Amino acid sequence: MKTDLNVDVHHLTRIEGHGNIEVQIKDGKIQEARWDVVETPRYFEVMLKGKHFSSAGFLTARICGICSFGHCLASLRATEQAFGITITDKATKLRLLAKHGETLQSHILHLFFLAAPDFLEVPSAIPLIESHPDAVAMALRLKSLGNRICEVVGGRATHPVSLLVGGVARSPDELPGLRDELENALVDLGAATELVRTFEIPDFHRETEYVSLKGEDQYPFIGGRLVSSDGIEKAEQEYAAMTNEYVDQRNTSKWCKLSRESFAVGALARFNNNYHLLHPQALETASTLGLDPVCHNPFMNNIAQLVECVHIVNDSIQLIDALMESDSELTMVPVTPQAGEGVGAVEVPRGILYHHYNYNKDGYIVKANCVIPTTQNNANIHHALNDLVTKYAEEGMKSDRLELLCSMLVRSYDPCISCSVH
Amino acid sequence: MKYLGIKPKRPKIAVFDFTGCEGCELQLVNKEETVIDFLGSVDVINFREISSTISNDFEVAFIEGAITRDDEINRLNEIREQAKVLIALGSCACFGGVNRLKNAYDFKKANQEVYGKQHKETLPARAVKEIIAVDLQIPGCPVDKPEVERIVQHLVWDVPYQFPAYPVCFECKQQYTTCVFELGQLCLGPVTQGGCRAPCPVGGSGCWGCRGPAADPHLKEFLQIADEREFSRKEINERLSFYSGFEGML
Ligand code: SF4
Ligand code: SF4
Ligand code: SF4
Repeated sequence: MKTDLNVDVHHLTRIEGHGNIEVQIKDGKIQEARWDVVETPRYFEVMLKGKHFSSAGFLTARICGICSFGHCLASLRATEQAFGITITDKATKLRLLAKHGETLQSHILHLFFLAAPDFLEVPSAIPLIESHPDAVAMALRLKSLGNRICEVVGGRATHPVSLLVGGVARSPDELPGLRDELENALVDLGAATELVRTFEIPDFHRETEYVSLKGEDQYPFIGGRLVSSDGIEKAEQEYAAMTNEYVDQRNTSKWCKLSRESFAVGALARFNNNYHLLHPQALETASTLGLDPVCHNPFMNNIAQLVECVHIVNDSIQLIDALMESDSELTMVPVTPQAGEGVGAVEVPRGILYHHYNYNKDGYIVKANCVIPTTQNNANIHHALNDLVTKYAEEGMKSDRLELLCSMLVRSYDPCISCSVH
Repeated sequence: MKYLGIKPKRPKIAVFDFTGCEGCELQLVNKEETVIDFLGSVDVINFREISSTISNDFEVAFIEGAITRDDEINRLNEIREQAKVLIALGSCACFGGVNRLKNAYDFKKANQEVYGKQHKETLPARAVKEIIAVDLQIPGCPVDKPEVERIVQHLVWDVPYQFPAYPVCFECKQQYTTCVFELGQLCLGPVTQGGCRAPCPVGGSGCWGCRGPAADPHLKEFLQIADEREFSRKEINERLSFYSGFEGML
């Protein structure tokens, strides 16, 4: 069917930050299908110059309110690599626990409060308070738990105050209580799986290159080698060759590429590259929800997020057990600045994040670079949108349905736009 | 929601984000124990980050973020025209926040460094009150959700809200924290407005002054003590200018 179709979404809702979708189809042919980021740039990399190492983690946390812990952790790792510091085992475990808290909070926020309204055909989660009270209560409990973990370890739910260069400021004594809450969360995640099972995931596949950290003996979150599903592998320090940032004229976010015109990062990328390291219960959830590696349906990123939640809750219980068994109380090591450079790669909720700093001998930053997950995804969102529109326009879909599907596709990536334009 | 059988009015609210990290908006949907009551006490008319229902029929506008581009000024003017009450939410909106740090650099060079030859528009970061009239400022990076809840309750019941006059130290001491000055670290608690429950000194990093100056900050005396304790002026100034709440006082 030869149709004319227009989709024009200015400042897409239920995502973090400002982006526009524009689609024009004439006589069944795409004239244009674009995803553009129009957020105001903030110049964090410039602001970091001349800053003391002790403020870098606090400053870069403000790149993103939703993944502030991830930014802080990448920043600390970059600084510690530059200074040649190894943190204690206890601090490593506490940081990972805090990281898990943030991932849980962020995935649940996205899946149930930003994405779910599309599947349940409501404009926001607010009407669900009346129509699905149990589901909302369940999602709020899970989100609250994620925030509680962040508060206990990081001192606050957003913008941590206890994560410092050299380790973690204090050893929390609220861990046993958290462990009980985590056990209860496994029941909630069962209910979450049942609900998500009813979501109708669009049947859309697009061959994609997936980039993430490469897990060696555990599902990866902080530091390590980089891997792509097209077979490229690099060291953490070689991140620039993994991202190849370039400037697009219509976007304030940069774009990235590797083996193809674009690649994807995020929960689905981590899952595709590291599924063999997931907790058995998480693998079970994946198979219940029809997520099989290697999956090339971008809408399945929603499912991969839930699968990761199951992994994270189980892993957090194990981490707390190990922390409670250890007799060492040491969470900080002494910090002596030295001239040098360091890279910190961290898997934040929306994908792999890199911070790269050069320091002078007094511990002041000379040069900084941050490569954000959504920056890496933006070109891929743009191209996926093109393929999606082509497929459905050929099937003769109507404008409003196409607009919804385009919006859902962008939301599946859980873009964090102010972050991508830092 | 009722109090003593009386139904309050539900103000029609809108939340708008400008240049910032959206962490303050996120606080509005945090504190899950009370979030349903909180969202029920107001009528959410326009909150792009969480809802696709968008209308311009609002009374109270919360503004998050600093102002750093011309199109933002236009948007802000339109919102001001519609809003009966306009509230700056968070340190970016109140003071410019960390965004203001960029004002110390050459923008041409900054643009060159980040975007190469492609020019992207940017203005010096400013607080919302430098552009339009603001009815209430809620500082914090991020804002403290319990405080936002209290303020919204005051709005709902039509009672003016008083920010605490005391500094952060007061709330820090209430929690029996070892003063970080005793550990040889700098802290802006003595000069910063309280009300956040002092998470930073309690958490081990000292206060960085995100809420701006306390009612009567005694900045001169504070600088004297910091000098005596041999903190360098560079360190003190970096700290005081971090969230730009002390802008114009240094
Ligand atoms: S005040 Fe802080 S938390 Fe709020 S938007 Fe600005 S940077 Fe984010
Ligand atoms: S740690 Fe800071 S806020 Fe607390 S008492 Fe000392 S100076 Fe005041
Ligand atoms: S302790 Fe200081 S920096 Fe921390 S939230 Fe309070 S005012 Fe802001």
